[in-house]
Amino acid sequence: MREIYGRSDYAMIGELVEPGTRVLDLGCGEGELLAWLRENKKVEARGVEFSAALAQKAIARGVSVYQGDLEAALDDYPEGAFDYVILSQTLQETRDPLGVLRGMLRIGRRGIVAFPNFGHWRVRTSHLWSGRAPKTTLFPYEWYDSPNIHFLTVLDFEALAGKMRWEVERRIFLSGNREVRALPNLRAEVAVFLVSAGASPVSSGGPR
Amino acid sequence: MITEAATVFFDAIELDCGVALAPVEVAYETYGTLNADKSNAILALHAFSGDAHAAGEGGWWANMIGPGLAFDTDRYFVICSNVLGGCKGTTGPASIDPKTGCPWAMGFPSISIADMVRLQKMLIDRLGIARLLAVTGGSMGGMQALEWAVTHPESVAAAIPIATTARHSAQQIAFNEVGRQAIMADPDWNEGNYYGGRGPARGLAVARMIGHITYMSDESMRRKFGRRLHAPDQFEVESYLQYRGSKFVDRFDANSYIYITRAMDSFDLTEHGSLVSLFEGAKTRFLVISFTSDWLYPSYQSQEIVSALRRRNCDVAYCNLTSHYGHDAFLVEVNEQTELIRGFLKSTQHA
Repeated sequence: MREIYGRSDYAMIGELVEPGTRVLDLGCGEGELLAWLRENKKVEARGVEFSAALAQKAIARGVSVYQGDLEAALDDYPEGAFDYVILSQTLQETRDPLGVLRGMLRIGRRGIVAFPNFGHWRVRTSHLWSGRAPKTTLFPYEWYDSPNIHFLTVLDFEALAGKMRWEVERRIFLSGNREVRALPNLRAEVAVFLVSAGASPVSSGGPR
Repeated sequence: MITEAATVFFDAIELDCGVALAPVEVAYETYGTLNADKSNAILALHAFSGDAHAAGEGGWWANMIGPGLAFDTDRYFVICSNVLGGCKGTTGPASIDPKTGCPWAMGFPSISIADMVRLQKMLIDRLGIARLLAVTGGSMGGMQALEWAVTHPESVAAAIPIATTARHSAQQIAFNEVGRQAIMADPDWNEGNYYGGRGPARGLAVARMIGHITYMSDESMRRKFGRRLHAPDQFEVESYLQYRGSKFVDRFDANSYIYITRAMDSFDLTEHGSLVSLFEGAKTRFLVISFTSDWLYPSYQSQEIVSALRRRNCDVAYCNLTSHYGHDAFLVEVNEQTELIRGFLKSTQHA
């Protein structure tokens, strides 16, 4: 599997996004993914980034990024403003993950959610054997300095999607830069979901 | 850098107040070279006390406009004109009223930010430029940039309003009013009829001193002056403000102070509806910049503009840059602004 800027989840997202669409990346960092999508998929790229230093670098790249709180920013965009709203390894850092997911499916026809899987066997064994907050290559932080404030697994996301009646159009599970198919909740380090609001009436217009 | 300074004349300009001001002249400078298809022009808009001399030696944005700088004159053709109501070559209260042969003084018609932009549009038309690559400016210059984007969206590919607002708050109006009252309280103001005489030097200096306090921040003043003494009985900050005040008197007309600050105070993009409705269908790209320590034009005022643009799904980039310089930051924080503006302009040009 390819990588974009050394990240296989970026490569997956890059494959999921159709050319010529409108894309919003929530927590876009330096805007690498957006710049890549604009270059290679000719998308109309927008981003939101909390860190001024990172947002500055993204704007310097020519990507239109709003520097500010993404949870507050979501309310501003009109319904169906984007074809894709991307949350790449950001969901677990938000204060109100359900609010963010709902918001992204309101303003986007589809959401692409990538998150580190807390159900991975290394996380489980780390916790089981050490008796301490798990520390792995995927979750390298101490409990007191981790940006992650909500922990979820592949099964947790599936359960929420079912409960909210979101339609999961694609699910991709990654271990390193390989795709895994069997036992994803144990073996996936990162999960990428392509979701839409399903039957609920959130959609307007097609790709431009 | 190829630099030209010139003045153009127009028969008249229709003002918002209903008066046709005639005649009217505009002082402007240009930097760089206009390309063959006239697609690389950038209009730089000066702040309250600025003038057409934006770049080169002594220019108010000399650190931002020039070869290799944020507004790179090797790539772009930058235009800057003195605003209507000013005192640096463009018609203002100190100009001669042809009917009386005397300076207009307080008989000058009241002007608005929209009037300033109207005159700039006349200049741009005269230069044969149909569409500007960008309009940009800080503070009152940012107000003009916003006015341009709202009034002439088809003529502006990108707008870069910096440290500005869609309308003055009570606090901003209050500081301007104290400045105006300081001038009017000076007996030498003489209802504005001081041309050829002494003029309200003390009042104008006090107004400028207040202005300078609002342009700085608590922290920048602490770093710059602290409690250091300039003389046994004078703090450094006192001496600095007095110096700034007295220098200002030499270069600025008191009646222009009154007219231009009133134009700023009456500026309100929301007066004919919400900010959101203004930006309907806007195709102009925006880069909005504010500064964390700017308490004269606080970040929330920029964020209000950005929020309205996002509600219209407009193409907008925004950054609240960290700085301790207060409102002065837009003139001082060069490196970070340069990085943002350079990337933004490049992507606008290639769009």
